[in-house]
Amino acid sequence: MKTLLIAESRQGKLLPGSYEPLDFANKIGAEAAMFLVGSESDLPHFDGSLYFAEESEVGEYNPEEHLRLILEVVDKEKPQLIVLSHSSYGWDLAPRIALALQVGQISEVVGYQDGAMVVPACNSKLQRVVQAQGEVTVVTLQSGAFGLDDEPAGTPTVEKLSVQADSKFEFHGYEEAEEGGVDLTKAEIIVSAGRGIGKPENLAIVEALAKVLGGEYGASRPVVDSDWAEHSRQVGSTGQTVAPKLYIACGISGAIQHLAGMKKSEFIVAINTDRDAPIGEVADVLVVADLKQFLPALTARLEG
Amino acid sequence: MKILICIKQVPDMESRFKLNDAGTWYSDQDLAWRMNEYDEFAVEQAIQLREQLGEAEVVVLSVGSDRVKETMKKALAMGADRGVHIQDDTSYEKDPFQIASVIAAYAGDQNFDVIFTGMQSQDRGSAQVGVLLAGLLGMPAVTTIVGFEYDDGKATVRRELEGGLKAVVKLASPALFTCQLGLNTPRYPTLPNIMKAKRKELVSLPMADLLKVEALTTTAATQFPEKKGGGMILEGDVGELTEQLVAILKDKTTVLK
Repeated sequence: MKTLLIAESRQGKLLPGSYEPLDFANKIGAEAAMFLVGSESDLPHFDGSLYFAEESEVGEYNPEEHLRLILEVVDKEKPQLIVLSHSSYGWDLAPRIALALQVGQISEVVGYQDGAMVVPACNSKLQRVVQAQGEVTVVTLQSGAFGLDDEPAGTPTVEKLSVQADSKFEFHGYEEAEEGGVDLTKAEIIVSAGRGIGKPENLAIVEALAKVLGGEYGASRPVVDSDWAEHSRQVGSTGQTVAPKLYIACGISGAIQHLAGMKKSEFIVAINTDRDAPIGEVADVLVVADLKQFLPALTARLEG
Repeated sequence: MKILICIKQVPDMESRFKLNDAGTWYSDQDLAWRMNEYDEFAVEQAIQLREQLGEAEVVVLSVGSDRVKETMKKALAMGADRGVHIQDDTSYEKDPFQIASVIAAYAGDQNFDVIFTGMQSQDRGSAQVGVLLAGLLGMPAVTTIVGFEYDDGKATVRRELEGGLKAVVKLASPALFTCQLGLNTPRYPTLPNIMKAKRKELVSLPMADLLKVEALTTTAATQFPEKKGGGMILEGDVGELTEQLVAILKDKTTVLK
């Protein structure tokens, strides 16, 4: 089996997730070639062919040129599997590749069984086992589902691709998240509010528990999107990644994007009315309770 | 200007799921249904764009059984002008390529200027249909937008990247955009608008008339994930739960004195 692994770079830096497809290829015992639009000063460490194009020439968001370059490499390498990360780069690009090749795509792969891929469904409450027809398949991997145990090592054989500059997309730069606010990564205790708090007024009971514990309060994406909490308090893949000594998730169902930001916490308590909520997968303790009753009771007990 | 919104009806994600008899997907019995959350932002953005332009037609499209018309009525009540329902009782057996192909078969000669979809569905989460649809219609697509402005035939959008970073991208219409959570604040339909929506056009087209391609992927089985987390589950009276949790925190963590 031959694979083409699509690595990722942003602002001239290789993204660490680039090694996840490599681990996947190793685990299924496949040969690997890599493709990267990035910077020559930060190439992936691995022994094999690297098809490379300079980020500054291709443009930071130019999916049609990324696609054209990948098709050129596919034509040469003839891989059976084309592997990307299920990231903002990967989920944008993968369907373009699949459509151009008229082949199937399997999204957000977390494992494989009997020659088929396993993907999550319904907020990870279910899994689908998916088979692709045809000789070639495009897959994207769930962030964190695969990863090298050891430091990546090796030196690739670089083949440089020539770039066509034309694009329908005008890239107008990046916007950083607002500066300032809270640095949750420094907190030893974080009490986070999720959609389950129901209304913005209930953030106060989460804040009160955080205060009595001497910690900070955080929030999941829906709470920040609703403007109930500022963005600097957001925990997850589009917010902060934290690993406090104690993380208390209040009314957070446990979407993968949230788990990515907190699952390395030393001790995790989840409070949720849904006994099957996926947060239970990472929680050391799941308290099945209505947080509007439980949190004030816990706060009062700790104060007393 | 013609705007298309593609929406999907999904179960409430807090449901307790059971498998169907074939073991290929969840059973559709005893579930509460709603609009795919991402699609609410797509509908809102389409309505906002029409409000900005003054004149535009907003068409909402959905694929599925007759049940999905309930969700389409919400989009009509939010402000879409008319609905196109592609009727298929077994749409869950179709793969993203087939779904995109039937939408493209409908939309191919309709000259939509802007198409909004959710970035993914909450149940399948393939994040493919929007991009495939754009490709089949020969228009550019930008995924995961959290900001949208339109001026003089050009859209300026913010693409959400990881870690709070956004990329600012500008492109001319016709174009397709897949909408991320937080793009805007989806409106609640008002009672008068719910009444008005009942009189709006909602036509059903049979899937068989539009489906011309084979699936590229198939679901061999659907299963419950193996429970890895050996976490403790506490249930019962709030007072007792409080005592139990405090005891555990004192025992297992160093943060509670």
